[in-house]
Amino acid sequence: MVFKKGASVLKQEDMLIVQQKMIAPKIFELVLQGELVNEMSTPGQFIHCKPSRTDLLLRRPISLSSIDRENKRCTIIYRVEGDGTKNMSEMVSGETMDVLGPLGSGFPVEEITSNEVVVIVGGGIGIPPLYEVARQAHERGAKVISFLGYASKKVVYYVDEFKKLGDVIVSTDDGSFGEKGHVGMSLDKHLPQIKADAVYACGAKGMLAKVDDVFHDHPRAYISMEERMACGVGACYACVCHVKDEKDQSLSMKKVCDEGPVFKTGEVVL
Amino acid sequence: MNRLKISLPGLSLKNPIIPASGCFGFGEEYAAYYDLSKLGAIMIKAATLEPREGNPTPRVAETPSGMLNAIGLQNPGLDIIMNEKLPALEAYDVPIIANVAGSSVEDYVAVCARIGDAPNVKAIELNISCPNVKSGGIAFGTDKKVAADLTYKVKEVAKVPVYIKLSPNVTDIVPIAKEIEVAGADGLTMINTLLGMRIDLTTRQPILANQTGGLSGPAIKPVAIRMIHQVSRAVDIPIIGMGGVYTVDDVLEMYMAGASAVAVGTANFTDPYICPKLVEGLPARMDELGIETLEQLIRDVKEAR
Repeated sequence: MVFKKGASVLKQEDMLIVQQKMIAPKIFELVLQGELVNEMSTPGQFIHCKPSRTDLLLRRPISLSSIDRENKRCTIIYRVEGDGTKNMSEMVSGETMDVLGPLGSGFPVEEITSNEVVVIVGGGIGIPPLYEVARQAHERGAKVISFLGYASKKVVYYVDEFKKLGDVIVSTDDGSFGEKGHVGMSLDKHLPQIKADAVYACGAKGMLAKVDDVFHDHPRAYISMEERMACGVGACYACVCHVKDEKDQSLSMKKVCDEGPVFKTGEVVL
Repeated sequence: MNRLKISLPGLSLKNPIIPASGCFGFGEEYAAYYDLSKLGAIMIKAATLEPREGNPTPRVAETPSGMLNAIGLQNPGLDIIMNEKLPALEAYDVPIIANVAGSSVEDYVAVCARIGDAPNVKAIELNISCPNVKSGGIAFGTDKKVAADLTYKVKEVAKVPVYIKLSPNVTDIVPIAKEIEVAGADGLTMINTLLGMRIDLTTRQPILANQTGGLSGPAIKPVAIRMIHQVSRAVDIPIIGMGGVYTVDDVLEMYMAGASAVAVGTANFTDPYICPKLVEGLPARMDELGIETLEQLIRDVKEAR
């Protein structure tokens, strides 16, 4: 791509923190406002967030969980895992956050048509990007069925939000809420009664492997990958995954940040 | 008058700011962010003769004011770099410094013999200091005889000037630099990353799949400054300085240590616009410090010794 002089696509902005709240232990919902939202439309894309501590050099890639272009606001949901996300969780409304993005490919949702059955499969902190998918699918008149898996009742979040958009089947690993077991077990139980026109999944590798297995040859089944990143723009080659060629099954590498994070099922070696 | 221009073997730079190899892909990735013609030059990602897959993930980990990487020289191989990656950069008015790596002398020689055929490749950066590959890489950069022998062989075939990228992972960098100069190197680039490790307390295992990785970022800047200072006193060939450059002051500190141009690595990940920002910010700071031109600064630093 050749940079055209005078062309100014906004990619980075100090976005205003409108709201930050803990919605489950260690899980935070952060609402940001700024012009960058004009560039956001595709669920599954992520923003690359700079912690305010200057000794933390790397940005944190966090998926968009909802986009509100009318009010120039977007929401991200993240779990505190290390120094960077801890630092992010301590930032308060009124402050700004240095944001780069939106980055990555995102889930194809424009192909969803009215009355189609859209199956959402999310696990733990993989659930947030699927909320915007479910929202846009619902808007397009699709019937949304969401399978949401959590470790236990105490870390359950956003179930009511998903319920407003369609049917929800919740599972917890310890059975403290919803069906007992991992989300793959709920899939096995309910899928025989469902004819999915499109499938969107995000979660731990094991869960993605299950979805990839069940919907391996489905023409419209997508998974979103997570990997440690540095640049977020395809330059550093940190966040790669192996992919299989559709025809000859030969292996090659793809970068999760700019060739993903969303891939078709059957493509990534999990 | 362009106060920022620098003349180096093979390189006529409009300014001294060069994205460092491995931190800027093959250039195109950042073309969506700004006009690459604003850069002094671009050091593209290491080229090897055959395609390389690189290391398993995780490949990066953060450290205080730094980061570890163990990418493992993933690249599509010389053919694709010659036929696709380098031609794509011809759209910009910017010289390319091609980083070359290999696992054997023959590999290095084969790549160096061809890569200068690309019209925009104005210099080679010989990577004898990658700490993240099992064979080759750093093995060529830690022994002065091996390093000099490779320099000599590469110089015989290279069609453009050759800069050797030095490793800081040595007891004494000066004898290696001197031997490389004698072998015919046109310049040096320094420093590559420092070998490091981080361990995950829950798994009790190193975070990086490769276990060890190269430390970069502001954490290593004082090491880079010290080594450039030492080496620039011992050799007459120019040095492109790198290691933790984030600010205009860091750029000028590299000059005062003895560098003639400056590469910027990790900072691109923090701020994709950092390189043009440094170019734009230099003149004002030079005014404050009474620096007329960078070429004059290079002469002044030399004379003051």
